[in-house]
Amino acid sequence: MHAFFVFSSRNTCKLAERFFYKKKQTGDIMNRSQSAGFILSLILVFGCFSYSLSAAEEIPTLFNPKTTMLENGMQVVVIEDHRAPIVTHMVWYKVGAADEPAGKSGIAHFLEHLMFKGTAKIGSGEFSRIVAENGGQDNAFTSQDYTAYFQNASADKLPLLMELEADRMQGLLLDDDAVGAELQVVLEERSQRTDNNPSGLFREQWIAAQYLAHPYGTPVIGWRNEIEKLTTQDAIDWYKTYYAPNNAILVVAGDVEAETVFQLARKYYGPQKPMEIPPRIRVQEPPQLAKRVVEMRDERVREPSWRQSFLAPSARTADVKEVRALEVLNEILSGGPTSRLYSALVRDQKVAAGAGSYYDATSYDPSIFVVYGTPASDATIDQVEAGIWEILQDILNNGVGDDELQSAKNRLLASAIYARDSVSGAANIFGAALTSGEKIENIVNWPRQITEVTKEEINRAARKLFDEKSSVVGKLLPEEK
Amino acid sequence: MLANCLFLLILALPSHALSLEIKEIQTPGGIKAWFVEEKTIPILNMEVIWKGGGSAVAKEKSGLARLMAATLDEGAGDLDSKAFQKKLSDLSVSLSFDAGKDTFRGSLKTLSKNAEQAFELFGLAVNAPRFDEEAVERIKGQLLVGLNRQLSDPNDLAGDAWFELAFSGHPYAIPTEGTLETVPNLTPADLKSFQKNQLARDNMVIAVIGDISEADLVQYLDAAFASLPAKASLPKVERVKKLGGPANKIIPMDIPQSVIVFGGDGVLRDDPDYYAAYVLNYILGGGGFESRLYREIREKRGLVYSVYSYLSPFEEAGVHLGGLGTGEKTTIEAIELIRSELTKIRQNGVTERELEAAKKYLNGSFALRLSSNARIAGIMASMQFSNLSMDYLDERSALINAVSLEDIKRVAKRLMDPDRLLLTIVGKGENQAEWEEALKNF
Repeated sequence: MHAFFVFSSRNTCKLAERFFYKKKQTGDIMNRSQSAGFILSLILVFGCFSYSLSAAEEIPTLFNPKTTMLENGMQVVVIEDHRAPIVTHMVWYKVGAADEPAGKSGIAHFLEHLMFKGTAKIGSGEFSRIVAENGGQDNAFTSQDYTAYFQNASADKLPLLMELEADRMQGLLLDDDAVGAELQVVLEERSQRTDNNPSGLFREQWIAAQYLAHPYGTPVIGWRNEIEKLTTQDAIDWYKTYYAPNNAILVVAGDVEAETVFQLARKYYGPQKPMEIPPRIRVQEPPQLAKRVVEMRDERVREPSWRQSFLAPSARTADVKEVRALEVLNEILSGGPTSRLYSALVRDQKVAAGAGSYYDATSYDPSIFVVYGTPASDATIDQVEAGIWEILQDILNNGVGDDELQSAKNRLLASAIYARDSVSGAANIFGAALTSGEKIENIVNWPRQITEVTKEEINRAARKLFDEKSSVVGKLLPEEK
Repeated sequence: MLANCLFLLILALPSHALSLEIKEIQTPGGIKAWFVEEKTIPILNMEVIWKGGGSAVAKEKSGLARLMAATLDEGAGDLDSKAFQKKLSDLSVSLSFDAGKDTFRGSLKTLSKNAEQAFELFGLAVNAPRFDEEAVERIKGQLLVGLNRQLSDPNDLAGDAWFELAFSGHPYAIPTEGTLETVPNLTPADLKSFQKNQLARDNMVIAVIGDISEADLVQYLDAAFASLPAKASLPKVERVKKLGGPANKIIPMDIPQSVIVFGGDGVLRDDPDYYAAYVLNYILGGGGFESRLYREIREKRGLVYSVYSYLSPFEEAGVHLGGLGTGEKTTIEAIELIRSELTKIRQNGVTERELEAAKKYLNGSFALRLSSNARIAGIMASMQFSNLSMDYLDERSALINAVSLEDIKRVAKRLMDPDRLLLTIVGKGENQAEWEEALKNF
């Protein structure tokens, strides 16, 4: 998820990528995190839909997922793509950081790490070794709403991958030695992602300020003082409560036939025992009545930055028309160098080095819509804030234009076609959306829903959204001289 | 039971043969390209690599290649920046450029129905970029904000410092993205002259994959590339045969986790030992969750979240690099572990089992690198840039399988020398004296 950071826990960026893959920054650099999770969230936001020329009216239609339900309640989704002899195999659990009990923040992500510590049949660390020796790659990630495990491999390895993944669904064995060392790893992960850079620390404070009550205010990786106290028993309790087939979704994409996958799923996942899963009821936010401002200064900050978040509907919690209208609005505001924010603040007024917005409707509970900017070297964050608000005010007063609406829709529809180039991207969109409570028809009909968005819907959604009372302004600033 | 079963599966399942029908095409205008026709999705990807990039600019102009990469799409021909960007946006064409130490790259992605216009825009960008004052200043401003931020990013600092330590006085020591001192002075005239010298036909390779006919592609390629200058004019970059070392540099910064970059000699891409070095590095630190560094430093001791190593074969120097992040109290312990793993692998080589496992992964996972049009375009361009033939895709597994335990041992002796390690640390300043003392005593 864009707004709540996915932590890809087991692997990290390589220096080489930083040296040779630096692109022009047009956005808030703070959000250009090195985490694989961020890349994933980009895929989720921009890159997840399919297109079929055979559809009536030439409106791009969705992927053509095939689904079934195992008798034990495990949902199975298959997206066929026969271009290359490979497969992405994922199991998504409908549990994430926002489901953690108070005081145990980080347990969802910690358990994700511990899922590689072995079962009665597979020793600690053997899971990844077996996958690698079969030419596969594996990893896992945790968000506020889900925990997912995946492997990419040659398509003929699918039975092996299922056998391994099914084995650890309910057969994990944990001991204090393995858990203790891994806790240190997670603390180092927190240092690397968050504590080592002021923008990571600031982000936690800003998001915490957005939520008075809802657990989205707690970081996925957990607060350090709480991570430090997590125990083997906490991990076992978490695992035994939530890891069951009826709380999981199997997503397979690639060079496979759906019927074959269903059969394999019945064979390998079918024997897993369903359990009673606690209902997913989280503390909801009270109405926000006052704008909040979070300001942080740090001597390591060399360039100030500004952002403002607004509580926004998610696909599960709101009318789909409103959600799609906001997605198109986001594209109009920040879709590339011709977008409203870049054109006005960076190109015309020259008060910002970067400006943009983001919105991800894929979340179980209400989400946030964020606008942000980084001042140009001779400008201030006040100028950036004023410039962004001039644009928002213009949209509130005059609405969006026909040309920019059509252009934004075209780009979003094109992104649905480009998305077909990524097998794992397809698996990711369905896994994330379904574990966030979205309906499969809504994912599938996304292109049509985008084409149907009207100016009036956008203007109405914008007026509801851009209410300063339900927003948080965040300012990250250098130390005062 | 399951374990037995898995073992059988490993032995029994055949590995997929890769079949990618690459065609080399030659246009009437003299342009060569590798092409794969792939009609499943109505899109097209092109990757172009020019030799040159960051090492082709003078030290006082550092950042020029990067600036050009960021300004080629800021207006060309009759189209100013706004008009050019509007065309890209209206057509949903993605066009981008990037500069590395040895390379200048261009990437194009378009819906196949817009292919002709997409190639036109790409051609305009590389033949007739405008470098208008407004656009150049705006992009410079963006780059400078980024550069200024990097000065407090421990990863950037450790990486840049490592190249300074390893390549002092050589173009590879100069950061491709430039510095706060050099970028403000770069001008449209600098860009113009660099463009003429850099973007030519004789230092260029092209790869295309997608939904397009060969006949159309030939036309579009000629329109885009045939009128580029015949010859590039690039300064000669000296070959670096051996890196100096041991040497280290500590950069004080008040952060809880020390960021460490380490490395030394690697191999060139055409070195006869390249594949042995590649397999060796996989076993040492390249193999994700399987490497020795991962097991010793993360899994057994919990000292890091991330530890890795990789080979960087530049055009004129081979580099073996690695990195990790660990708490201030465990900084020296982690470096000692790196050194002891280098020593072990240098003295004893690797085991038969490790070698087999590495070969299985490196061969078995290669198909994953050909999993999308975008990735295939990238690999086809890189293969040409490295002077590999199309047969490489079929021969690669044999080259890897031919690596023996003796090869690994020989290459480990040649490359992995803990006593010549080049090391940079960014971490708490109060530890500097203690760390320097400890590093001296290694």
